[in-house]
Parts: sequence; C-alpha cells; structure tokens
Amino acid sequence: MKSKGVRIAILSGKGGTGKTLVSVNIASIAGKSVYVDCDVEEPNGYLFFKPDNVREEIISVKIPVIDEDQCNGCRKCVDFCKFNALAFIKNKPYVFEEVCHSCGGCMLLCPEKAIREQEKAIGKVQVGVSGNVRVYTGIMNAGEASGIPIIKNLLEKSILDNTFPVFVDCPPGSSCIVMESIKDADYCILVAEPTVFGVYNLSMVYDLVRLFNKPHGVVLNKCLDGENPAESFCVENNVPILGRIPFENNLGSLNSNAKIATRESERYKVLFSSLLETVMKEVLHETTINP
Amino acid sequence: MKIAIPVDEQNLESNVCPSFGRSPHLLFYNTVTKETYYLDNTAVASQGGAGIRVSQVIADHGVRALITSRCGENAEKVLRKSEVLIYKSIPGTARQNIEAFVAEQLILLRDFHPGFHGHEK
Repeated sequence: MKSKGVRIAILSGKGGTGKTLVSVNIASIAGKSVYVDCDVEEPNGYLFFKPDNVREEIISVKIPVIDEDQCNGCRKCVDFCKFNALAFIKNKPYVFEEVCHSCGGCMLLCPEKAIREQEKAIGKVQVGVSGNVRVYTGIMNAGEASGIPIIKNLLEKSILDNTFPVFVDCPPGSSCIVMESIKDADYCILVAEPTVFGVYNLSMVYDLVRLFNKPHGVVLNKCLDGENPAESFCVENNVPILGRIPFENNLGSLNSNAKIATRESERYKVLFSSLLETVMKEVLHETTINP
Repeated sequence: MKIAIPVDEQNLESNVCPSFGRSPHLLFYNTVTKETYYLDNTAVASQGGAGIRVSQVIADHGVRALITSRCGENAEKVLRKSEVLIYKSIPGTARQNIEAFVAEQLILLRDFHPGFHGHEK
C-alpha cells in the first residue's frame, strides 16, 4: 500500500461520535504508523494504545513581563495589542496572561525595553510506542485557554515521521484548534452519528473541510437498521461514504474497556481493514488528481 | 461624578446593552453638570479581551461608576484597579437607570463571569 507519509485527520462536529474509535483502530492495522492525539483537552487515545517508552516534553508559551520601574506609561503596547491582553491603570501596566497570544509584539515595540518574555508551561507532549504504532499525545493543563501551541508542537514532531501514514485524532467541533489540526492533512475523515443532531454536527465539519479544500469522506458510526439521516446527508451532498460501523454491544464493551477492537477480534480487524483500504484508495485518488 | 453605561443606541431612551465588552456604544453621564456624551466601542469586534479594552476606556475617561447588566472577571479586575464601582442595571432605559443611580436605588454587581477569551469552542 503506497501510504508513505500520508496525513489523515479524523474529525467530527461533537465529542463521542467515534473519532478516537476510528483513529485508533485504523492506525493499529496500518502496518507501521503514527497516531497523533490532538484532542489536548481530553486526550484518550493513549488509554487504548497504552504506549511504552514514553518520553515527555513540557510545552510553554511566552508571556510578557513588564518592569514597572522602566515603564514610562507611553501605552504603545496597550494600543498595539489586538488581543487586548494589556491594560494601563493608575500608572501601572497589567498583563492578562490567558488573553495573551504570545505574539511578542509588545516586547518589540516597547521604546523603554521594559518588557521581557517569560516561559509559562501550558501542557505537555508525550511520545511512546504501542506495537507498530508510534503514539503522540498532547495534554493541556486544566484551566489554560488555548491548546494550539501544543497541537503545533505535536504536528511538527509527527511530521518528522513522514515515512509512515499519520492519523490525526482531532478535537471535537470546528473551531481554531480543529483548523490547526487539519491544516496539513492530505485527507479528512468525518465521523457521523445516525441522528438528525448527528447531521447537524456533520454539516459543521463538512463546511470546515470544504472551506479548507480538503478531500474528505464520511464514516457512518453507530449504524442501526432503518433510516440513517447522516447517510441521506452524504447522498444529497455527494460525499463519499468510506464505511459503516455497526452499533453493537461487542464493540461498545471492547471500547469502554479501552481495548483496541482490531487487536481483539478478527471481525473488527476485517471491518477496519476494509475501511482503511477504502480511505487509502480515496487518498491516492485525490493525490493523483490533485497532486 | 461621571458614570458610564453600555448602550445599544446613542440616546437616553436606549436600553442598557446586555453585553458590556461587546456593547456598540458607551454612554457617559456627569451627575453634577448633567452633561452626556457617547463613544463608539472600538472593542466591539475584538477577537478577545473586549471587556479589558472597554474598561480601559472607562478608566481613561475618569468614570467613577459603571452601570451594566453583566461584567466579566478581567473587566472587573481593570475596573477594580481603576476604582470604578460596578452597579447592576435595572430593566428599562439608560435614563431610568441614571435616575435610579442618582436616587441610590441601584445595587452593586456581585457576579462576574469568566471570559470567553476568543478561544471559542
């Protein structure tokens, strides 16, 4: 399978649709592969992979620190900061750390050189190995406002593993943090539930991947007999359906016990292998027509 | 004493804007001279920190009391450092709120919500 270095992002409009189920299971049967958990607020892929030889790196951002004695109150920094992270009250400058985007502009601009930058830890990145899969996990400290610096670090690291296919397990939704996660993806898998609400969530990520011009397809999860509104959505909008995962007790209990279904059951191995094969065909097709 | 109110329209019959940081205009009123003036809120479309920016403007205009229906934690911090008292608005127009303030019928706002900080989810 010509899947060298292909980067596939798995996303959905809300949590609990099966992003991690799909990501973990297709990564585990893709031969040598890379799994990246970008859901830094509540990463859970590592619970399934239980990686060994875990190395850890603290991720920090730079926050301005203003020397009050050197500050002459010109307020150039306050006026410049488009994130409104600075205020100047009663002849004293204030920094609102959680509003700051670490652009460093205030420090460059200060005519008195009264501003320096200080590292502030916001989370960590872990790298470990589980069978054939190299597992990257981003973990944001509770209370931090943005995990984007952690995701940037994760993706930069995982890009070095460019000889293997990379599966990026995205955060739920369609916000900045998801955009960051899919930015470098060659293909996006949208995971959808068979409900009207599921269609609403699907349409959010569908709009996002089209906005980013990313080739994409849908995995229908929790499939039952009868009407599937998510399937109808795909048919109406001409979105390729990559595969269907049945709504089953077996799969549910394997998953809730943090087991990787493809490593436990031949049936699920076949199911996810066929899904992966379809995905890779789509990816190759896309890269041929859209090199 | 100068007071400020976030308002939807630039007149005294406007209602108090339900948002502080994102209100389109600010009304300034001097309780001694009874003079009124308005400013457009430059932070209305900010990515984040709108409350901080508006509070800075209010502090810079020498306001001593703010009448608002809600206020975030960061704005509260700027206003506290600036010694601006924050009063809870009552339903009705800006004029009715000014009258209630002058009659000492308004109470201080006690709940300050955490900010959204532009990191929309």
